[in-house]
Amino acid sequence: MSNTYDPVEVTPLHADEVERAQADALAAIAAARDLDDLKQARLAHAGDRSPIALANREIGALPPAARAEAGKRIGAARKAIGEALAARQAELEAERDARVLIEESVDVTLPWDRAPRGARHPLTTLQERVADAFVAMGYEVAEGPELEGEWFNFDALNIAPDHPARSDHDTFFVESTDSGKVLRTQTSPVQIRALLSRPLPVYVISPGKVFRTDELDATHTPVFHQVEGLAVDKGLTMAHLKGTLDRFAEVMFGEGITTRFRPNYFPFTEPSAEMDLRCFVCRGSSAVPGNPPCRTCKSEGWIEWGGCGMVNPRVLIACGVDPAVYSGFAFGMGIERTLMFRHNAEDMRDMVEGDIRFTLPFGMEV
Amino acid sequence: MKVPLSWLREYVDLPAVTAQEVADKLTAAGLKLEAITSHGHEIKNVVVGRVLEIEELAGFKKPVRHCRVEVGEATPREIVCGATNFAVGAVVPVALPGAVLPGGFEIGSRKTYGRLSDGMICSEAELGIADSSPGILLLPDHTPIGADVVELLGLRDDVLELEITPDIGYALSVRGVAREAATAFGVPFRDPAAVELPAAAGESWPASIADPTACDRFVLRSVSGFDPAAESPLWMRVRLARAGMRPVSLAVDITNYVMLELGQPLHAFDRSRLSGGIVVRRALPGETLETLDHVVRKLHEDDILITDDSGPISMAGTMGGLHTEISGASTDIVIEAAHFSATGIARESRRHNLVSEASKRFERGVDRELPPVASWRAVQLLVELGGATAEPGVTHAEADVAPVRITIPADHPDRVAGVPYGRETVIRRLEQVGCTVVDGAVASSGGGHGVAATGVVSSGDLADKLAVRGDDLITVTPPSWRPDLTDPNDLAEEVIRLEGYERLPSVLPAAPAGAGLTEGQRLRLRVGRALALSGYVEVLSYPFIGVRDLDNLQLPEGDPRRRATRLVNPLSEDEPYMRTTLLPGLLKTLVRNVGRGFADVALFETGLVYRPEPDAPAKAPVLPVDRVPTPEELAEIETALPRQPVRVAVVLAGEFERSGWWGGGRQASWADAIEAARTIAREAGVELGTRADQHEPWHPGRCAALYAGETLLGHAGELHPRVVEAYGLPPRTAAMELELSLLVPSGPVQTPAVSAYPVATQDVALIVPAETPVALVEVALREGAGELLESIRLFDVYTGEQVGEGNKSLAYTLRFRAPDRTLTVEETTAARDAAVALAGSRTGAQLRGA
Repeated sequence: MSNTYDPVEVTPLHADEVERAQADALAAIAAARDLDDLKQARLAHAGDRSPIALANREIGALPPAARAEAGKRIGAARKAIGEALAARQAELEAERDARVLIEESVDVTLPWDRAPRGARHPLTTLQERVADAFVAMGYEVAEGPELEGEWFNFDALNIAPDHPARSDHDTFFVESTDSGKVLRTQTSPVQIRALLSRPLPVYVISPGKVFRTDELDATHTPVFHQVEGLAVDKGLTMAHLKGTLDRFAEVMFGEGITTRFRPNYFPFTEPSAEMDLRCFVCRGSSAVPGNPPCRTCKSEGWIEWGGCGMVNPRVLIACGVDPAVYSGFAFGMGIERTLMFRHNAEDMRDMVEGDIRFTLPFGMEV
Repeated sequence: MKVPLSWLREYVDLPAVTAQEVADKLTAAGLKLEAITSHGHEIKNVVVGRVLEIEELAGFKKPVRHCRVEVGEATPREIVCGATNFAVGAVVPVALPGAVLPGGFEIGSRKTYGRLSDGMICSEAELGIADSSPGILLLPDHTPIGADVVELLGLRDDVLELEITPDIGYALSVRGVAREAATAFGVPFRDPAAVELPAAAGESWPASIADPTACDRFVLRSVSGFDPAAESPLWMRVRLARAGMRPVSLAVDITNYVMLELGQPLHAFDRSRLSGGIVVRRALPGETLETLDHVVRKLHEDDILITDDSGPISMAGTMGGLHTEISGASTDIVIEAAHFSATGIARESRRHNLVSEASKRFERGVDRELPPVASWRAVQLLVELGGATAEPGVTHAEADVAPVRITIPADHPDRVAGVPYGRETVIRRLEQVGCTVVDGAVASSGGGHGVAATGVVSSGDLADKLAVRGDDLITVTPPSWRPDLTDPNDLAEEVIRLEGYERLPSVLPAAPAGAGLTEGQRLRLRVGRALALSGYVEVLSYPFIGVRDLDNLQLPEGDPRRRATRLVNPLSEDEPYMRTTLLPGLLKTLVRNVGRGFADVALFETGLVYRPEPDAPAKAPVLPVDRVPTPEELAEIETALPRQPVRVAVVLAGEFERSGWWGGGRQASWADAIEAARTIAREAGVELGTRADQHEPWHPGRCAALYAGETLLGHAGELHPRVVEAYGLPPRTAAMELELSLLVPSGPVQTPAVSAYPVATQDVALIVPAETPVALVEVALREGAGELLESIRLFDVYTGEQVGEGNKSLAYTLRFRAPDRTLTVEETTAARDAAVALAGSRTGAQLRGA
């Protein structure tokens, strides 16, 4: 800063000049019709070359006695102009928001289906959900071929050569009836493969496609899906089987689901049981005469969910597992059936036809 | 098995419970209820009447009678009736006004044919006894007039229909079900088979067993002087009908009745048609038999036959021969009750496609001690109801059968169930089943037996492996009606089942920690999600194809996809092969959706294809089961199976991006199909390479071979117009198929270094011959640009005069960035020039405008 001063008083420093400059500025600000006008007014009356700015620059040149008063006068003018600018700026912005943004508004209810929508098949995602439930219990997912050796599909599972399931009324034979090859009729051969290939103890779940020579109708399909579970360990009991399936039922159908074991017969398990679920639609009430019927359980009060039992020691022997040391349990459920009553799917044909209207609502998870 | 509750109650004193409660207990014991059918509960006000007068009314199209019927009231009733099978004095059921008949049909007093009809004379059908009946039900003369017909005839009953599992053949009888019901309710069981047999005098008819593997017991009894005109009594007809069997004639009805009661199938021969001694044997080559159904059957040499001097007279346990059948004139009858090989009858029944009530029982195992009893029961009924005389002789041929004995520790059921039942309970339950239980081990432990009726033949070695060792052994001899009990676990099941499956506690086992899903399983899951998120809908089509599919796909002769596995018994002769590609199923599903009004469809499927090796052995061996197979034996099975890799495929047609109010859409194209492959490869962390290829069913100019490194994964592009035409697909349908099994996830992703220095961008336009694959140009640019290149993007492809005939211009944006400094213009220009130079030397690319 210079210590010298200009003895000549500059015109703008006169009080009336300052007043006029301020009045001009306030008038221009008030006259600004939009933000562009205001920008011009700001440049002209508050910019570097505006009269007030020039006057401000001259204060230093005044004699010391005059500086204080001039500084005070010009400072007040600058403040007034600054406040007027800010106020008008806010006014004009609000005006613009009210006008322009409304002009730019769109109809946000317009539909938008430009990108294609896909979905996974509920039978796939249901199998994944089942696998997930068992992986959480420590199981691993085992797999095997769909076109399978007869020994794996039948003999090793203690299904005798004359068992009715081995007739061509049930089983698809491959190449010739004595080729020793069939389309697997169950996922159980994966049990055999797991026991032959994995170190004990074995806890595996095997979801997959199976085949039986049924004609397609609302409740049958020749190609369907099962999930099979197998646990072979020391000291496993039917109580463990029940505990496992109770947990599984809860994961699939929610807490509080009631299950029931009922004696049944399967060659590959002994003892064997059928696992029923208390119908979660009617809660069993439809089985009582006089109550309204239930479509889900056909008024039986229970839904047959799947077969299970303790692995027949003959199966363990065929897999080289000593039944004196190890015991095991196995179970199997139909995925289509599970989908039918978990999601009220009424017709199996919908599951095989691939109509996108059936699959799309299931999205990515079931 | 249909069991009338009234019949059941004859052998067991059931408490006062409903049919549903009986059914629940039986279901819990393993005899699952299928349905309960109630009979006669709604019938009321039907009484016994005697016809006093009949007046035939003339002038109507059909015969009409006006009768006066005494019904035990002060005055007889006037009743109009359309039936004519009764005369004055007949005793008949009469529905009085106010009566209700089955189906809620109410009877009133009304005027008909000009006369008052004050009730209705009923037929069997009208009382719900038979499905149809030709005339009025005629009751025996001594029936008390005015008595309640429902009470008198026992019409009020509930029938339990039970599902009987194949192991418990004994439950295919009222006797067997009654035994289970008695145990379930803890009440005594009266065994209808526990009868004292009269001492026999000589043989009934000469008979012998020639093949003891076919039959180990063969019993004949006979009657003479049977009245062929005798009719089955109403109670028997009602029971047979309610148990699901059609009444035929007294002799036949009796054999059926005894079978339902005891579980022993019987066969009746007309003795006058037999010639010479009977021999039970297997068929000889070329033998035939005309069976009851008038079919001449060619016999298989494993068929079990009943023969006499004339040759075969009956197919054991399946169907009798026509010649020796009981006829309307038969008076001398020979009753056969036998114990045949269960597997033998099972095979015979399947070979001839003949499933009978008899074969069902023999297959599942019949009580070997029943033949003498059941044949006697039949003779008694023939005497009692048919006026016959029992012949004193009985023929009893048999073969030795080793008894089954199973030794187990007394706590074996406890250890199987995980429930401490205790020794006493175990023994009590086994005895309830009918077993004999003794302490200690008996030499030659269980399992080792000859021809068991279940067909389970176990070697001594297997029995040894099955044996359960431990302290406190007990030795159990199962009863004759339980041939299914052969192994220690069979006995455990009996104890656990009778103690109640509902008593099993629910205990979650402590499984060891698992490793989760494998990399391959996780990849399949991600691929499914990624494709669905890209707009594809998953389908699961049947894996069956026909030659027509292979033709439609335009596959040339010798294409490996034409080498397909054929099914012996396909669902449809049009599609007898297992798929070698996923495309036919997807394309047909696409057509179906288009046909249902969805023109814009994108589908995907993940699944196995079946690829037989040309030199694979035709047969997979069926290995033994009494030991673990050797690795070599297992390998023999594996090599005979086709290769079954997992594939994934997509098909798409119509708009892949929809048109709408925002403007035009975008047609699905070859590029989308290839992009689907890239999406899949990205999930595996694998860089997808594409090369132009010519491969059916794709358009020869719009087909990419898909590579991971040098591994061919599959193909993608637009389908050949001929394929589009053959399947009736929308024009320009695109498809992709690749082998997911070949896509190996590349392991953990390595974290990239993220540079904070500014990016430097350079655009280049290159002119190349039109046929130059862009992929080659890009690879050269990348390599040439070196490490500073961050990304490269083709933003325009131009053909036209300005670039010269037969050329195209490729415009790229190259982005450069260094990890450690701001790049200078000189550095990025040098890198760009190097990129262009390499592209130039590799592909002849010229910088446009240079």
